[in-house]
Amino acid sequence: MKNAQLPHDPYNLVISGVGGQGNVLASRVVGNMLSQKGLTVTIGETFGGSQRGGSVMSHLRISSDLAYSPQIPKGRAHVVLGLEPSETIRVLAIYGNRDVMTICNTRPIHPVQVIAGELEYPDLQNVKKWVSELSKKAWFINATDTALEMGLPILGNIIMIGALAELKALPLDREEFEKAIRLSMPADRVAINLEAFDKGREMMA
Amino acid sequence: MSYLTEGQPGGRYLLMGNEAIARGALEAGVSVAAGYPGTPSSEIIETLSRASKERPIYVEWSANEKVAMEVAAAASFAGLRSVCAMKQNGVNVGSDFLLHLVLSGTRGGMVLVPCDDPGALSSINEGESRQFARLLEIPLLEPGDFQEVKDMTRWAFELSEEIRNLVFLRSVTRLSHASGNIVFGELPENQPKAHFKHDGFILDPMEGIVVSAPVDYKHGQQQEKLRKAIALFEVSPFNTYAGPERPELMIITSSACNLYSREAIKLLGLQDRVGLLKLGTTFPLPPQWMEKHLGMGESFLVVEEVIPFLEENVKVLAQELAPVIGIKKIMGKRDGHLPAVGELNPDLVVGALAKIMEMDYEAAPESYVKRGQELMSFGAPNRELTFCAGCPHRASFWSIHNALQMDNRQGFVCGDIGCYTMAVLPTGFSTLKTLHAMGSGTGAASGFGKLKPFGMDQPVLSVCGDSTFFHAAMPALFNAIHNQSDITMVVLDNSGTAMTGFQPHPGLTVDAMGKKVPAISIEEVCRSLGTKVRVCDPFDLDTTRSVLLDLLEEDGVKVLILRQICALSPEKKMKKLFDVAVNPEVCLGESCGCNRLCTRIFRCPGLIWDKNLGKARVDEVICAGCGVCASICPAGAIEKIETKEVTGI
Repeated sequence: MKNAQLPHDPYNLVISGVGGQGNVLASRVVGNMLSQKGLTVTIGETFGGSQRGGSVMSHLRISSDLAYSPQIPKGRAHVVLGLEPSETIRVLAIYGNRDVMTICNTRPIHPVQVIAGELEYPDLQNVKKWVSELSKKAWFINATDTALEMGLPILGNIIMIGALAELKALPLDREEFEKAIRLSMPADRVAINLEAFDKGREMMA
Repeated sequence: MSYLTEGQPGGRYLLMGNEAIARGALEAGVSVAAGYPGTPSSEIIETLSRASKERPIYVEWSANEKVAMEVAAAASFAGLRSVCAMKQNGVNVGSDFLLHLVLSGTRGGMVLVPCDDPGALSSINEGESRQFARLLEIPLLEPGDFQEVKDMTRWAFELSEEIRNLVFLRSVTRLSHASGNIVFGELPENQPKAHFKHDGFILDPMEGIVVSAPVDYKHGQQQEKLRKAIALFEVSPFNTYAGPERPELMIITSSACNLYSREAIKLLGLQDRVGLLKLGTTFPLPPQWMEKHLGMGESFLVVEEVIPFLEENVKVLAQELAPVIGIKKIMGKRDGHLPAVGELNPDLVVGALAKIMEMDYEAAPESYVKRGQELMSFGAPNRELTFCAGCPHRASFWSIHNALQMDNRQGFVCGDIGCYTMAVLPTGFSTLKTLHAMGSGTGAASGFGKLKPFGMDQPVLSVCGDSTFFHAAMPALFNAIHNQSDITMVVLDNSGTAMTGFQPHPGLTVDAMGKKVPAISIEEVCRSLGTKVRVCDPFDLDTTRSVLLDLLEEDGVKVLILRQICALSPEKKMKKLFDVAVNPEVCLGESCGCNRLCTRIFRCPGLIWDKNLGKARVDEVICAGCGVCASICPAGAIEKIETKEVTGI
């Protein structure tokens, strides 16, 4: 039974972040992994101003048989994968609920008005407190700094996918990841992406 | 995506809506594809360009949408199938040609794909292309899910050949930029031969000349074609009904709103009480099919985005059918059940449905929503749009803004369409003072520059990008020169159609299919017109500002080309010109008289104000290494060291 793969149908996942973090690629990779499993996936993406410092949000609807709206109804996310701390709060406030599970990257990207001194960016302790308050369970991982240690900050999104896989709410295994990454990347980038995926899984432990 | 052409018939693949349109066109055996880039449409032509390596298809990025339509129409006249794609504004650009094309008729199947942007997610308007179907009197198709996006695109070519006229297939951002699973069909094997017959009987639609006159005859023919389309729509599998036989309420919908409506019915558990009439063929509506379904109930809710186009068409038909089916209650936008501004989503449809059905719906517990809003207000600071780190436009507008301040005559800049549109915001120092369509900046400047006799003594500037220059700014420039207007036109040349993903344009040495082609030089075009032309690197702030100050002093038309490759371009991305760092020993922080010039005014996302240190700092993850900030720091605290990987202008 395909249904056995999903705790809820549709299963609603939000990947949020800021332009340039590889949000759209992450949603494509996760979508392809699930599609390869025979699930019906709909991805809705909001990335109009994404390359230019705007918020980016991908909505993934995962079902055994039906294409759902590319926008998740408010308050109906099951998992939020936040590539940026303050964006995680923004998404939870709209799509969260008392049962939502959240994985949050702790590396902030300051909005330009924060840089300009017109707005305040919350300190990380508060972000953690608030994300936890809005979630049933929350995990905080420093994906960007780990990616920086690997020499490529953009791998932060793949580390986050590894973390999402380790949550085991969705059938996201390593072989499917490898297949999906081969679809989206040149061959010489596969090994480093697999390494990032594994790092993400370890960081959830 | 390689499986677009290699994917097996019957295989199921996850495709973006725009890729599905491309696949549908390939399955229909399209031979020619043309378009002009514009979000959310660009990936259609991009995908077909990639497919051109494996399929016998000619793909071009045309100079503008009108030319794209003409190129695609020529293929149709020669008996080939052609597709033309653009964002909603593009239809306006080419509508003069279309008004004549629909009279002359087409031969090979020709499909125009406008991608509308309800909610203006990546536009500065939310104009609708659906109105054009009525204005042009041609069939309008609107896919209601991802499989239909592919299947209806394929069928649109057959329909066009059936009626020998243009067919509109309208997409929206939430289909074009969303992805879903699609089952592939066959790709055709045979390649049609192109030949333009023009020596038959003058009125023969397949062998005569292709013209719009005699107008009364051709207009009659055109309307006959539309009646033929209606007959096909009556039996179309793309119009469906799901729900009870006597619904208490029937939703009438199309496009992405089909998915929102289906979900809203499910969220409220109304499957046994509310029906869903999904229309794929939205203009003209098939009267018999509509009669059957309008006859099933008394109350209807039309769910569509932006203006009440479908609602009004349904109401006209319901009025005509009233003697047979009786008077019906049709709700929608005109009575305020749904907004006529912005995009819809499942929640807005749930709201309208719950109100009509007198039900309660809670997205999440009220206490959670309230706390969420509270935490968002101090935990998620607003993200204003900004030029990227290392963007040449930031440097260009820094110089333009400063030159105008120093000139001190209240000079201003007329804006145009591209990334640099954002210079209306603080990221471009709020430099742009007018903003309309492609090419309108120089057109408006040309007009402002003739107002001296009425006492206007302000310097007038316009900006446009390199792609915009070829698209629509050239006629405006010719106009300014011929009419001796006093303007400074600044061409922000970042070597590509950067906002939409670096599509080629006539100024570049490569075409849509990756072939080497001759580039047209913007400065040579301008010089040939006898106008003064200067070229600067915007990263050289001092030179750019002093050239600008000189040009502002002169009468007549002057062109300044500011040339520096986009920071995100494939040649430049992730390659830093400089390693940039703030020397904390030199940065005076709050005690410097600069009042935090680098972070407060220059506002590059690569710079951070370190609250603890009270000094500026470079964010190495974000910084693109352009080194421009080193030139603006009055204390000389920002230091740049040249890297080995140098990419210049």
